[in-house]
This record gives sequence, structure tokens and C-alpha cells, in this order.
Amino acid sequence: MMSGSALEEAVRSDRFVVTAEVGPPRGADPAALSAAVRTLRGWVDAVNITDNQSAVVRLSSMAGSVLALAQGVEPVMQISARDRNRIAIQSDLLSAAALGIPNVLLITGDHPKFGDHPEAKPVFDVDSVQMLWVARTMRDHQRLHSGRLLDSPPRLFLGGVENPCAPPADFRARRLGKKVAAGAQFVQTQFVFDVACFERWMADVRELGLHERIAVLAGVGPIGNPRALKHMRTKVPGLSIPDAVAERLSRVDESHFAEEGIRLCVETIQRLREIPGVAGVHLMAFGREHVIPEVIERAGIRPPRSANDGSDFRQRSGHVG
Amino acid sequence: MRQRKRPVPTSPSLSARVLYRLHRFLEPNPVYRWVARRLERSQTLYTGFARAEESVKERSFGCQMCGQCALPATGYACPMSCPKQLRNGPCGGVSSSGACEVYPDQRCVWVTAVERAQSADRLDDVCQLQRPIDHRRWGESSWVNYWQGRDDALWTDHDGLTREATLHPRTITATSGR
Ligand code: SF4
Repeated sequence: MMSGSALEEAVRSDRFVVTAEVGPPRGADPAALSAAVRTLRGWVDAVNITDNQSAVVRLSSMAGSVLALAQGVEPVMQISARDRNRIAIQSDLLSAAALGIPNVLLITGDHPKFGDHPEAKPVFDVDSVQMLWVARTMRDHQRLHSGRLLDSPPRLFLGGVENPCAPPADFRARRLGKKVAAGAQFVQTQFVFDVACFERWMADVRELGLHERIAVLAGVGPIGNPRALKHMRTKVPGLSIPDAVAERLSRVDESHFAEEGIRLCVETIQRLREIPGVAGVHLMAFGREHVIPEVIERAGIRPPRSANDGSDFRQRSGHVG
Repeated sequence: MRQRKRPVPTSPSLSARVLYRLHRFLEPNPVYRWVARRLERSQTLYTGFARAEESVKERSFGCQMCGQCALPATGYACPMSCPKQLRNGPCGGVSSSGACEVYPDQRCVWVTAVERAQSADRLDDVCQLQRPIDHRRWGESSWVNYWQGRDDALWTDHDGLTREATLHPRTITATSGR
């Protein structure tokens, strides 16, 4: 069953797909989030709205997704297992569908230890594979985890994440296989800075035939300044940036750092595009959304056809009112 | 739900091969089933038995007494010793050296599990889908539950890629189960 998702339609076409990521504000003013997604309208197929990313309190991904719809941008609502038990997760899946949010990304989530409330109780009632499994069962079999029938199933395009280069290397493609088996239809990966390593993972993915069953969107992003580089190298769990990449960025004068970051990102996208089975890229710019259109243009990616015309999304957001 | 200790990744000292072999001695049989029924009739006996299980498994596996043991499907590395208690594999936070995101001086228990499963030629085990657990069972004896047949649907018996893995152990028909 189709979810009414433009992202789903895009990955079914041959076009190279682009998603991006926007983090909601730490506060109740939606202006910054709305402005950020507006910058991306027409350039990307969908925008992820993160869910209290890094375990730091923000406006919710559901509210953020509704705000994105109001700007004519299709959201991917992230739902992490860190803060919700299976009751809340299933409720949120129903709510997302009812609000016209067509895509969800079901993830484990960073441990509270890394956030602004390290004393919080981590939930982790179910894991990311189980979340996908429950979501697919709700959609395709109209059943809750309890087995009870739903009055009407949530139409959702289901996504997950993977970290291709993290240990255990021999298992990462198999883990993606578990997500496919559980119901994942698209996957966004951790940042790829080590293309050779990503290629090895993709070879495993193809060997398992997974690339024909799930759209692989490789994670990329321009590093904007030396502080961001240092942060990404030391503070982000599961992210590893090879020395060669760090050296290349550090060699340039600080005033040219941002440009070099974009150049590196563009080159990475072009290399990823050549890898069989890669359906697109997922761009993460952490608050620097304004550079994303430039990256897309310089990488030679054709933006989604409905460029700058968000009317159909606006209609969908009409569900809200 | 009884959970006294923080889960910390634990690497067992006995090899996976040995433990897979030892497992045969735990498999349900009429005698064990009788023992399990007998234990469940007496609070004192049951508690004593569960304590004994706990003391063996806590030391060897970092067992948290979830009461629905995953060890036979994880190369005998306990997934409940993962700080996120993930039953289907590691999260994305594992460092490039294989360290746990939450406890950087510990090895990710899933790195350990996959390695151990591989060493015993049982990688397929970790590719089966683990169903969500029943949180009412914390503190129970997983051996008793195993012998009583309550563990039969904890995980699928295939990887779900050639045929659909059903979340509900028995296929529920469209009209039942309301
Ligand atoms: S009973 Fe549960 S907590 Fe104990 S070893 Fe088995 S899986 Fe781990």
C-alpha cells in the first residue's frame, strides 16, 4: 500500500533522491524551524525533523513535522525508542498518519547520558528493529502489538538508520537485513567520510539483495568550521572521521574552511552516486541549512520536479485543522 | 519490574562453542518440566531456584534476570547487559574500536555477541528477529519459563527475508483477536 508519501514515490523512480535534516528549536517559537524548512523547499524530497536529538530537549518531532507541512515541505518524523514505551510509540504512529505526516524514521536514539538531562530514565522498551516491526504490523495487518485490531491502519513510509562503518563490520549489512525484514523501506546512514568503507558495506548489502528492497540514502554533510570538526570527531557517538579527511580540512586557512567543507561534501556525493544500489543522499548540516541548496546544485543533483511548488503538501496539511 | 543493577556490557569467559554444547543439558524434557511445575507451586522453592540461577548467570553473563533468556540466540553474550537493552543488535553509537557508547571503557556487548556467534558458526542466530519482551517477567527464573515453553516465541526461527516474519507468533486472522 502506498503511503501518500512523495519520498516513497521518489525512491520508486530512478531519480537520485535527497533528504535533509532540521533540528527543532529549544523553545516554543516555531519561526526558526519554519524558516529552515522553507530554505529547503523544492530542493529536497523530504526533511527529517529530529526527535530530541543528542538527548537534548527540543520542540517535538511531531510538532516540527506539522510545521514543515505548513511550509509545504514533506517531513520525515523521527521517533526514537529512548523516551517512549510501546504504548506511546504506537500512539505516535497513529497520530503521525492522522496529521498527514507520511514518513517516519524509527531509531534507537542517543542515551540520555549525552544530553541535557543525564539523570533521566532511559526507556528503550523496544528496539529499533522491533519498532519497525510493530509499525509495519499496524499498517499492513491493522494490528497493534497486543494483537488488537485497529479501526483504521496508519499509512506510513517506514525508515530506519544504519551506521555502515561501525563495528561489528561483518554484521552491519545483516542488521540492515533485520530492519528490512521488520519493515524498513528506506534507510539513512550515518555520515560517510570513509567512502571505501561505505563501499565495502554496500557490497555486502548488494550481496544480500537488500538494495532491491530498501532505498539506501547515504549520510553526508558539509563541515562548516574547525569547532564543528572537533565536535564531530570527539563528541558524536558512532561517528568516525578518518585522519586524511580531518587533515585535508585543517590544512586550509580558517577563512576557507567552510568552502573546503562544501567541496569535500560535493565530491563525496559524486563518489557515492557511482556506487550501485545507492538511491540518494541524506544531508545533515546542523543549523546551516542555507548551504544545502548550494551543495545540491554543485553536486549536479536534479532537485525534485515539483520544485518550489508546495501546494500539494499544503493541501495535505489541511488534515491538521 | 525488578531491576536492581545498571546494565553494563559483559563479556562471558566461557567460549560460545562450549556454551552452545552445554545448552543441551538445559533443554526441556519431562523431568525438567516436572521440576518447573513443582517449583512454581512453592514460593520458597521458586525464589531459591531463581536466586541460584541469578548467582550463576550474573557472574558469567552480567544477567539482569529479564526472565526471558536470549543467550542461545546471541552467542551467549547477554543483550540485557547493553545499557539500551537492545535485543536485535548493536545501536549506531559503537566506536570504531568497538567500545560501548555509554561506557567507553567497555566493549559493546553486541560486538562481543556477533564475534562469539561467528566463532561458533552461528551468525544466523543473531539474524533472527527478537520480539519485544514481556516486562512483567523481570526477576523470574528464565530456566523455569524455558522449561514451561514460555520462551518459544521470543524470536523467529528465520531471518524474515525469504518469508515474512510475523510479529505475532501465531498468525492472527483478520477476524479474531478483538
Ligand atoms: S535471562 Fe535475560 S538478563 Fe539474564 S542472561 Fe538471559 S537475556 Fe540476559
